[in-house]
Amino acid sequence: MTSASRRLWRTSPLTYMALVLAALLSIYPFYYMIVIGTRSLESINDVPPPMTPGGAFGDNFGRVLDNDAANFLKGLMNSIIVSSVVTVSVVLTGSLAGFAFAKLRFRGRNVLLLAIIVTMMIPTQMGLIPLWSMMQSLDWYDTLYAVTVPFLVSAFGVFMMRQYASQAISDELIEAGRVDGASTFRIYWNIVLPALRPAAGVLGLLTFMETWNSFLWPYAILSPENPTLQVSLSFLSYAYYTDYSQVFAATAVGTIPLVLVFLLFGRQIIGGIMEGAVKS
Amino acid sequence: MSLSATTAPPPAAPPPPDVASRRRRRYFLNRLDIKYSPYLYIAPFFLIFGAFGLYPMLRTAWMSLHDWDMVGEHTFIGFDNYTELISDDYFWNALINTFGIFALSTIPQLLMALFLANLLNQTLLRAKTFFRLAIFVPNVVSVAAVAIVFGMLFQRDFGLFNWLLNLVGVDQIDWRAQEWSSWTAIATMVNWRWTGYNTLILLAGMQAIPKDLYEAAAIDGASPWRQFWQITLPMLKPTFIFVVILSTIGGMQLFTEPLLFANGSIIGGNQREYQTLAMYMYEKGIYNLSTAGYGAAVAWAIFMIIVFVSLINFVLVRRAAK
Repeated sequence: MTSASRRLWRTSPLTYMALVLAALLSIYPFYYMIVIGTRSLESINDVPPPMTPGGAFGDNFGRVLDNDAANFLKGLMNSIIVSSVVTVSVVLTGSLAGFAFAKLRFRGRNVLLLAIIVTMMIPTQMGLIPLWSMMQSLDWYDTLYAVTVPFLVSAFGVFMMRQYASQAISDELIEAGRVDGASTFRIYWNIVLPALRPAAGVLGLLTFMETWNSFLWPYAILSPENPTLQVSLSFLSYAYYTDYSQVFAATAVGTIPLVLVFLLFGRQIIGGIMEGAVKS
Repeated sequence: MSLSATTAPPPAAPPPPDVASRRRRRYFLNRLDIKYSPYLYIAPFFLIFGAFGLYPMLRTAWMSLHDWDMVGEHTFIGFDNYTELISDDYFWNALINTFGIFALSTIPQLLMALFLANLLNQTLLRAKTFFRLAIFVPNVVSVAAVAIVFGMLFQRDFGLFNWLLNLVGVDQIDWRAQEWSSWTAIATMVNWRWTGYNTLILLAGMQAIPKDLYEAAAIDGASPWRQFWQITLPMLKPTFIFVVILSTIGGMQLFTEPLLFANGSIIGGNQREYQTLAMYMYEKGIYNLSTAGYGAAVAWAIFMIIVFVSLINFVLVRRAAK
């Protein structure tokens, strides 16, 4: 870089100040959740408001566990089960279909792919009311089937895998598999899936976060006795809206797994989101 | 999966077949595999999406033409539900609330995202990854947690926002009591959660713009401000349209934040001050099972509004960036 262009691209201190401010504002409410969740109920009405974590987390979280109305542990278990099953399924079905669309020839391929892209634009909420009555007739009301089965596939997942597979896997590789006499499924399992691993990882992380955080549908179809974590949190906050220490201890516990995942894989997640935005 | 069975020899294979017929069978199975197995691979998507995505959506349309009681009778009434919608004050109230919150969230959010993305796009910026991660953190935190935390920040008596306002001499605000204040509070949650996400998408779009365009402009003496207006914005148009449409879809379907801000009341405040369209749909279609047909009409109205607003936005953004 020449010195002239170096001056041109120089970053001013104002830029850093703005970015640091944005970063602080982004992180602060999360930090505040931890502050209140670790404080005693009395200290949160203090003026000025408390700004540092306290030592009452165990006490607060104990009250969460004793709270029969929220079924927090059940919600936590349910969320782990549902999010894991949905994630594995979305990655497998997405990579299978993505592989087929990217690398296999079959009649109707382009039309079917277009159909998938179009469905990405349909808001799922539009089918909410009939879906609710479908679940009643399937006898799936208040079961984990209701919050799992409809989400086992994702149009975004198929599309993302297709994009990745078409550039990451060479046709020669697949031809080589064929020459060796491997079936198409063997080629998928032994050659394609390993090659798709980076994209599968990002898709898996995004799917896990989305499923873990989904609210409207579980809220509509699950009872307070059998909630997912988010539904459990909402019941906790309605019933005990004055006990913020308890509620915040619970929200913090429900959020920490995701934040840990994010701290470990944040770069890949962000890379995935940014890649998804420019390719079309 | 059963797919691998296509090439495996069948269990009850006839006793020692001669080589030629074995080869023929193998060739035949191979043809089948190559020709038809792709359909098996895409089938899971179409089966599940068809059953739980497309079918319910079409059924919503069908239900909306009925006086549909979820547990009782359904009578075909044509477009009566839709005509009733037009004179339904609660529907208009929900529509206005949704647009109010949408305007208060989308506009500042996208301007902010544009600004931040432009800052993050600088070549010699240090700690890029840190800043990107930090502004994306809000999107990781669940909507329910965000709504609960901000619900407390916006408390009347000991909320942090009122405490800050007190410091600068402004009286306490009962955020839930009025339209403008509840809209502001809800929009703040939405802005907090989505600004970082939109920043990243816009940043991705900016990074796809060739750097030599800026070099050339700089050599011609264009200021950074001018470069932003004349290079970044026009080149960013497709990404910006994408972000605007995503925000529209999200904004029209806003549900969790206002619901939790109202402590679970589906009507959103005593006087429906912040009941959104999605909440109204839920109230009519699921909360009250006997008016499911009307709820379905609200659902289709939301869909048509999304399409309509997206089109308007699309045209506006295209024209503005010309």
